[in-house]
Amino acid sequence: MTTHKNNGSTGMDGQRQERRGRQRLGAEAVTLAYEQRVIARDLSVEIPDHSFTVIVGPNACGKSTLLRALSRMLKPAQGRVLLDGESIHSLPAKKVAKTLGLLPQSSIAPDGITVADLVARGRYPHQGLLRQWSPEDERIVQESMAATGVAELAERFVDELSGGQRQRVWIAMALAQQTPLLLLDEPTTYLDIQHQIDILDLCAELHETQGRTLVAVLHDLNHAARYATHLIAVRGGEVVAEGPPSQVVTAELVEKVFGLRCQVIDDPETGTPLVVPAGRQARSRRPAPAPEPAAAEAPAPRPEPALGK
Amino acid sequence: MTTKTLRTAGGLSVRYAPRGALSVLGLLVLTLAGAVVLVGTGDFPMTPGEVVDTLLGAGTPVQEFAVMQIRLPRVLVAVLVGAALAVGGAVFQSISRNPLGSPDVIGFGQGATVGALTVIVLFQGSAAAAAGGAVVGGLVTGAAIYLLAWKKGVHGYRLVLVGIGAAAMLTSVIHYLITKANLVDATRATVWMTGSLDGRDWAQFWPLLTVCCVLLPLVLGHGRALRMLEMGDDAAYALGVKVERTRILLMASAVLLVAVATSAAGPIVFVSLSAPQLARRLTRTPGPNLGASALMGSVLLLAADWLATNAFGERQLPVGVVTGILGGCYLLWLLVTERKAGRI
Repeated sequence: MTTHKNNGSTGMDGQRQERRGRQRLGAEAVTLAYEQRVIARDLSVEIPDHSFTVIVGPNACGKSTLLRALSRMLKPAQGRVLLDGESIHSLPAKKVAKTLGLLPQSSIAPDGITVADLVARGRYPHQGLLRQWSPEDERIVQESMAATGVAELAERFVDELSGGQRQRVWIAMALAQQTPLLLLDEPTTYLDIQHQIDILDLCAELHETQGRTLVAVLHDLNHAARYATHLIAVRGGEVVAEGPPSQVVTAELVEKVFGLRCQVIDDPETGTPLVVPAGRQARSRRPAPAPEPAAAEAPAPRPEPALGK
Repeated sequence: MTTKTLRTAGGLSVRYAPRGALSVLGLLVLTLAGAVVLVGTGDFPMTPGEVVDTLLGAGTPVQEFAVMQIRLPRVLVAVLVGAALAVGGAVFQSISRNPLGSPDVIGFGQGATVGALTVIVLFQGSAAAAAGGAVVGGLVTGAAIYLLAWKKGVHGYRLVLVGIGAAAMLTSVIHYLITKANLVDATRATVWMTGSLDGRDWAQFWPLLTVCCVLLPLVLGHGRALRMLEMGDDAAYALGVKVERTRILLMASAVLLVAVATSAAGPIVFVSLSAPQLARRLTRTPGPNLGASALMGSVLLLAADWLATNAFGERQLPVGVVTGILGGCYLLWLLVTERKAGRI
C-alpha cells in the first residue's frame, strides 16, 4: 500500500523496459498536438494485455488526447502508436476496427433507430457490400445485447431510453465489434452515480468474463482506484506513475498529480485505495477557529420557515 | 428485428427493411407508370397502351415521331434530373444532419445559375455552353463552400450557415448579371433560370445519363459508410470508415450530380430538399435512404411536370415554377415541425 514513490517508479521502469514492444497496444515517444498547441511531448505508454487500464489526471492534462491517439483519432505529430507491432496509422481502417474498438465521448443516435439496429452497426467492419448480414452477425448482436442487459429493449427506439440505458446500448455496439481491445472515453460522464457504478460494474464484468483489454479515461479517482487493474496517472502531458492502483494511489501521488492534499485509506467494500480529500481547515492551514463559524451558521436557517409562512 | 436478410449459398447476404424494400418497389412502379402517362400527354394525346406499343416499335410513324423524337427524351431527362437532385440532396442532408443542408438551400443551384448566366450574358454563349457554365458554376460553388465550412472536418451547422450566406451572395450576382444584359440575353437568362423541361431532347439526355451511370452507383455503394457517418465522426472512424475520404468523395459526387442536373433542366428547386424527406417518411427507415430518395425525386419531377403541362389549362407553366410552389409549402411545413421538435 504505502510503497515509496521512488522505489515504486524505478521498479516500474524496469518492468516497463522489460514489457516494451510485447503488448498489443502502446504509444512510442509520441508528440501529441492540436495544430500548434502541443499537449504532450515524447510520451510513451504501454497498455498491458488483458488489463483494465484506467487513465487519470486533472482536467486538460492530456488524458483524453492520449486515448484519442491510442484509438488513432489523433495522428501523433511525432512518434507512433503501435498496434501488434505496426504503426496504427499505416494499417487499413477496417483491419484496425476489427482489433480495436472505441466508445467515443459523444455519439449521435440517428433519428428513429431501434436498439437492435444500432447495436447491429457495430458489425460494420466485419461486413461488406455483398456480405451484409451473416448468421454470426446475428448471434454476436444478440450476445452483445444480453451481456449489457439491453436485450429486452431490442425493439425500442434509442431516443426513448434513459441516459444510463443509452450508454449501455453504445457499449453493446462497441462489443458487437468484437475487438480484443476496447477503449472508452469517459464512459460515465453525464450519468447519475448509480448509473456510473452500473456502467463500471459492467466494464469490470466484461473485462473478467470476456478477457478483453479495456482502456478507459475516468474523472473520478476513486472509481479508477476501485475498478482498474492498471492505472496510468498523467499530468501536463507526462506519465507521472503507472501500475496497480494499490501501488500507485498514495497521498503523495495524489498531491503531485492533482494538487490535492488527502488521506488514502482502504475502501471498506473492496480494500482498494480510497482517496479522502483533506478537510477545509487543513487545506487553508488556518489556526482552528472552527467551532465559531459553525455556531454562527447554525442560527442562520431559522428565519427561513418564517419567510415560508 | 425489423430487418430481413437474403442469403446465398456462397455466404453472400443482403440486409433490408421490408417496408423500405416495398417502398422502393412501389416508387419504381410509380416512376415507370408516371413516365408512360407523361409520354402520352400533350397536344397529341396517346393512351398508355399506345405509348407502350410505340416504345416496343409497333406504333404509327406519327406516334413514333412524337414519342421517340420529342417526348421520350424529355421524360427520361425528367427521371434522371429528379434522381440526381434527390440523391445530391440526400447526401448533403445526411452529411449536415439537417434537412436544410440540401443543395438548393445552400447555394449550389444559385452557383450553377451564376455559371450559366455568365455564359449567356457576358459571352452570348450557346445553350450547350450555358450548360457547361452551369456545371462549372456548381462545382466552383461546391468547392468554395466546402473550403469555407471546413474546420477539422465539415460540421452540419457550419455547412448550412455558410451555404445560406453563399446563396444570398450568389443571388445578388444573378440580379446584377440580369441588369447588365441586353433584352434578348435577359429573356434567355430568365427562361433558363425558371427551370424547365420544355424542348429537352437527346442532346441533354446522353451527358446526363453518362454522369448518372457513373455517380449513382458510386454514391449508392457508399450508402452504408454514409449511414455510419450519421453517428458522428468518432463513432464512424472507430468502425473503420475512412471518414474524410468518404465524405469528400460523396460530397463531390453530390455536387456534380446537382450541377449536371441543373445544367440539363435549369435550377429546379426543392426536389433535393423534399425528396429525401418524403422518402424517409415513406420507408420509416433511419439513414440516408439513397435508393428510395432517387426514385422519389423522379416521381416528384414527373408529377410536377404533369401538373405544369396539364393543370393550368392553356397556359402551361415551367416545371420549376410548380416545384417552387409545392416545395415552398413543404419547406414551411418542415420549418414548423422542426421547430416544434426543437431541432432548429
